[in-house]
Amino acid sequence: MKLLVNGSVREVNAPADMPLLWVLRDLLNVTGVKYGCGMAQCGACTVHLDGQAVRSCVLPVSAVAGRKVTTIEGLSPDGTHPVQQAWAEIDVVQCGYCQSGQIMSAAALLAENPAPTDGDIDVALSGNICRCGTYQRIREAVHRAAALNKRVQR
Amino acid sequence: MSPLSRREVLRSSLVSGAGLFIAFHIPSKARAAEAAAPKKPPPDPNAFVRVAPDGSVTVLLAHSEMGQGIWTGLAMMVAEELDCDWSQMRVEHAPAAPVYAHPAFGIQMTGGSTTTWSEFERYRTVGAMARDMLVRAAAARWRTDPKKLQTAGGFVTDGRRKLSYGQLAQAAQALSPPRSVALKDKSEWKILGKPTRRLDTPEKINGKAQFGIDVQFDGLRTALVARSPVFGGTVKSFDAAKAKAVPGVEQVVQVPSGVAVVAANFWSAKLGRDALRIDWSEGPGASVDSSALLQGYRAMAKGSGGAVAAKKGDADVALLAAKKRVEAEYDVPYLAHATMEPMNCTVKLEGNRCEIWAGTQFQGMDQMTAAKIAGVPPEHVTIHTMFLGGGFGRRATPTSDFVSEAVHVAKAAGVPVKVVWTREDDTQGGYYRPLFLHRIEVGVDGDGAPVAWRHGIVGQSILAGTPFEKMMVKDGIDATSVEGVTDSPYLESVGSRRITLHSPRNPVTVLWWRSVGNTHTAFAMESMIDELAWSAGRDPVEYRAGLLKASPRHLRALKLAAEKAGWGDSPPKGRARGVAVHESFGSIVAQVAEVSVDPDKSIRVHKVTCAVDCGTAINPLGIEAQVQGAIAYGLSAVLYSELTLKNGRVEQSNFHDYRVLRLDDMPTVSVHIVESDAKMGGIGEPATAPISAAVANAVYALTRQRLRSLPLRLA
Repeated sequence: MKLLVNGSVREVNAPADMPLLWVLRDLLNVTGVKYGCGMAQCGACTVHLDGQAVRSCVLPVSAVAGRKVTTIEGLSPDGTHPVQQAWAEIDVVQCGYCQSGQIMSAAALLAENPAPTDGDIDVALSGNICRCGTYQRIREAVHRAAALNKRVQR
Repeated sequence: MSPLSRREVLRSSLVSGAGLFIAFHIPSKARAAEAAAPKKPPPDPNAFVRVAPDGSVTVLLAHSEMGQGIWTGLAMMVAEELDCDWSQMRVEHAPAAPVYAHPAFGIQMTGGSTTTWSEFERYRTVGAMARDMLVRAAAARWRTDPKKLQTAGGFVTDGRRKLSYGQLAQAAQALSPPRSVALKDKSEWKILGKPTRRLDTPEKINGKAQFGIDVQFDGLRTALVARSPVFGGTVKSFDAAKAKAVPGVEQVVQVPSGVAVVAANFWSAKLGRDALRIDWSEGPGASVDSSALLQGYRAMAKGSGGAVAAKKGDADVALLAAKKRVEAEYDVPYLAHATMEPMNCTVKLEGNRCEIWAGTQFQGMDQMTAAKIAGVPPEHVTIHTMFLGGGFGRRATPTSDFVSEAVHVAKAAGVPVKVVWTREDDTQGGYYRPLFLHRIEVGVDGDGAPVAWRHGIVGQSILAGTPFEKMMVKDGIDATSVEGVTDSPYLESVGSRRITLHSPRNPVTVLWWRSVGNTHTAFAMESMIDELAWSAGRDPVEYRAGLLKASPRHLRALKLAAEKAGWGDSPPKGRARGVAVHESFGSIVAQVAEVSVDPDKSIRVHKVTCAVDCGTAINPLGIEAQVQGAIAYGLSAVLYSELTLKNGRVEQSNFHDYRVLRLDDMPTVSVHIVESDAKMGGIGEPATAPISAAVANAVYALTRQRLRSLPLRLA
């Protein structure tokens, strides 16, 4: 099976029902995407599928053939996506384990909605659990990323 | 790399001129509170900081970074004394070795909110030692008196010329380390005390940070273990035929904790485990029922007996004589830590060596335990501490549960394995915050002040049955069961008091959970104090202030939180405020929570105003993060989380039924750090403790319903 991951074509030999998460992590060694619950409850496994945020832990690999998969590793070549910049500036991370998923959810939100309200952020990011409790800074950083985005676009 | 070989590398780096490293002796000075800790092993010089010819300064972290920010905080200590530029700083987890033993506990570990204060002297000292050697190297080069030289931004200068630390590293390594160094006065600090961003951010926002679960190497297999459905159960027999038929499954092996399926990857191991058929010998664990336990605890608390944890006067007589009596029971359920990264551990056994990769808080214990299982000397057990995807106490088990199990699996399978727990394994696998019940009876005088206090505490001991029992359980009292009650400043002024403790045993494994005993003692104490205030018709802040006259730090934090929260003003319509103040881990935290209740009776926490006195503040930005995070962690337990057991089985399994706080539940938390010269305390845990009572007290103010069970549920 051929997969398009972070801009490269990757050949994998996986059963059709194997979740994308484990294909990425265990077969392709793309480990920025994390396992947290295995049932789309925590968002740690969030990746982009054709630009949309999806939970890779419940997505059979057969469903993504020929579609564009982007993980945290492919979000920007050098960690300078506006969301990553805002995350660094606001000093969001603690343990860091959930942050790949948080950032992917935030980036997908901003791609659709360049100026999200607190309510929009609630809807887009409440599927991403952070046990360190970085939520307040996540919210702040999403707003900050929106502002950085605006500046880039002008 | 083993500790030994790392030392060899360091030694060879001396010879090859790779830079300067500082040998350091553990300071004998430890906090008074840790006087009971075992005698320190004789100092074994080792590396804590390396200055390389490229100018980078690498700090070796004796503790584990699990989100709490010591990766940054300890580097700040070195950078301050070394006078180097912040951009030069690098950090690595140290290997497991005696030289990295916790300065207060005598064993390598991270916990108890102790890293910053316990390493304050050691890490500043190594920074100062390195600086001294670099200065002397420059003085030799310029044939001048070291006293005439200054340092700043990673350079030594005589005012005219300057040399970078990188240029001096090689020459400095030939010098003998200073016998003593003077540390900077607080007034001279340029880095310490200043809000400083984390050093581990870049790798944690680009997916490159390596957690235990990310370990990969050629030949590594993934294993999942089927464990008993009830605590303490053992395998009677099993049928692995179907499991072995799953593509990718290579071996099925029995280990003490259950049956391990060893496969090419997680998914195959999981499908294989699902296909296993196991007949369990369940034993007494099968009868554990959490609601029956709670009933039993209530009866125990009401009856006489129990170990006396603290006593003054005759509480029974004083209660009878008191004008009025207020009594209440408070209870809290079992809780899983639910770290985002489920437990996992990678083990490779080769010859007489054991190599371990894990996110652990307890390298010292893990090394000894793994050595016994692998049958090798402890110094042949190498531990690579990976970033921890959350710890909260779960990764510091006195039994080294998830590490020792992985060593057993690797040994039985004969191949390197990464044992990974599923979320369900993690939720149902024990090492919980124990279920606890408090029964408090208070006699008050005409002004409503407590004059008699009878307090029964019932719950499993965390330390019973562990290697720490001897040291930390005295006369039947596990200090972690009563902390926050026996040392409560409120009780100081109560003439007659008696605190008793029952520590019933059952097969459910229990452990420290962020803020440990304070998770329940702060809830009970601060709820009861609030009940007393309302019963006396007094304002809850003013009432507390009256009782805390002899505790200036509590009083200052309380007043600051109240002031910043606008305690005297009326809250927005439909909202009410509650307050709590609690000391734990040497720090005082006061919180005012502002809540409302939704039409479906769910409780919404809008704002938490928090004042903290943790003594000298090392990194205010980190303190703010820890306080916000600790409150969020506590709020999960206040609003949602609860584990129940029926027929010995845990009824919850994953985040859908073991609910935790999500972003849309997060209140706005404002953190106010009290300017304080008090002895430094901890900051990772203390803000978790009071949030339960602050919210419950606010709910009472709003609804006049006094909720005495966690999680809080309105009738």
